[in-house]
Amino acid sequence: MVLNTAQNKFKLHFILFLFLLVLLLSPGCVNKNNNDIILATTTSVNDTGLIDVLVERFHKKSGFTVKIIAVGSGQAIKMGKMGQADILLVHSPEDEEEFVKQGYGLDRTTFMYNDFVIVGPENDPAGIRGAKKADEAFKKIADSKVLFISRGDESGTHKKEKTLWEKVKTKPDSEKYIETGQGMESTIILANEKRGYLLSDRATYLSLKKKIALNILCEDEKYLRNYYSVILVNHNKFPKVNARGAKILFEFLLSEDTKNIVENFKKREFGQPLFHYELSIRRN
Amino acid sequence: MNFLLEGIRNGLDLILNKDVLFILKTSLLVSISATIISVLIGIPSGSILTIKNFPFKKIVVALINTGMGLPPVVVGLVVTLFLTRNGPFGFLNWLYTPRAMILAQVIIATPIITGLTYASLQDINPELYRQIAAMGATTFQTILVLSREAKLSILAAIIAGFGSIISEVGAVMIVGGNIKGQTRVLTTAIVFETNKGNFDIAIVLGVILFVMSFIVNLALTYIQLNRVKQIRI
Repeated sequence: MVLNTAQNKFKLHFILFLFLLVLLLSPGCVNKNNNDIILATTTSVNDTGLIDVLVERFHKKSGFTVKIIAVGSGQAIKMGKMGQADILLVHSPEDEEEFVKQGYGLDRTTFMYNDFVIVGPENDPAGIRGAKKADEAFKKIADSKVLFISRGDESGTHKKEKTLWEKVKTKPDSEKYIETGQGMESTIILANEKRGYLLSDRATYLSLKKKIALNILCEDEKYLRNYYSVILVNHNKFPKVNARGAKILFEFLLSEDTKNIVENFKKREFGQPLFHYELSIRRN
Repeated sequence: MNFLLEGIRNGLDLILNKDVLFILKTSLLVSISATIISVLIGIPSGSILTIKNFPFKKIVVALINTGMGLPPVVVGLVVTLFLTRNGPFGFLNWLYTPRAMILAQVIIATPIITGLTYASLQDINPELYRQIAAMGATTFQTILVLSREAKLSILAAIIAGFGSIISEVGAVMIVGGNIKGQTRVLTTAIVFETNKGNFDIAIVLGVILFVMSFIVNLALTYIQLNRVKQIRI
């Protein structure tokens, strides 16, 4: 009898404890799913901090909470194909077109750009400084057997780099070609340690410039322009997508508000804007 | 002198900044919750393994011992696949929330706590089980008596479990997504800042992680040592 009461008491305590535990876990993760929008995006807009500014503004205006998942464009598009994201902000035009054509995405709109630059060590062993064309510079890099650092992660930047190698029909030898499999910033930092060449978006390079000894050696305004698009994940295909929230975020990204933020983002700090806003006609 | 004061002030700003405090809070909330849940599962499981005999028991024990070395990234990957919107548990909407991180950490810590509990109960005199059984105790009561007997070793198991998850980065990175203000914890923040070349912030976060881990372990060790004293008396 005595044992039994003791046992009941313990059971009671145990249940009470579990109850308290559930209470403890609840704050911060209450189910407010309709207010959450999952944005899959590239590392460049995240690492520079631009997306934080945009999302904060959006949160104040609309009350929606945006979950930013910063991966390469390739992986972001994969998340879209799995229906795991509500909206994508990416820069990989060919993949984007395919994504929409296959019925995964809606309303793809290009709204922002910056450009890629070819970055390398100060002493420039490949002699590409001042090259006017990106493919010229890439050819020299491959021919002079200098180290080249690649993202190797199917991101927009990596895709661009691959089209350049295809264009010049050559590639550095495998021991001179390092694939990091990481984001833009880690890749630049690694290239800085190894004194290698790489293709980077200008925004990420500028935000790291003070910490590294690599220089912009080749700019090609025409061929290296880097367009960012926003795409809604098709809610007809994935009913669980937060279509309403994604649409509101979509409209916000195409608004005057975003234009002002993008054009002025860190302009004073770098003496030039990191991104340019340019709304193009909706292509799909 | 001025630059020294300024350096200290900048350092303090860095520590007391709202973002860092949030990261600290998330780290503690996630890992302590995960430890508590793992203890609630692990200690009874370890005890039941000790007192009950069932077919394939050796295989189960071997599996748990393997689980003690489970690679966190693999746990993260599997949890993600289960929790993704169109996965089997997608309806929970847990991916990229602290809940998913707690779940992943529970999966990492539970085998450790179970395994170490099981190991520590092996040292208890088997006569004790027979005595407890002879007095007609239920399984629940047996577990209670046993865990009181082995409380020091079990406390060590809890410390090991907590230590393995507070310092873990792979799984929480994958299932949490390192979202600023939501799922960013100390370890993922350190990776993020190191990638950005912000070594100063990364180091400060590293020191915070170390100090925090030390304080929690100090508290647990105090309990452990106090118990030792009681036993000696």
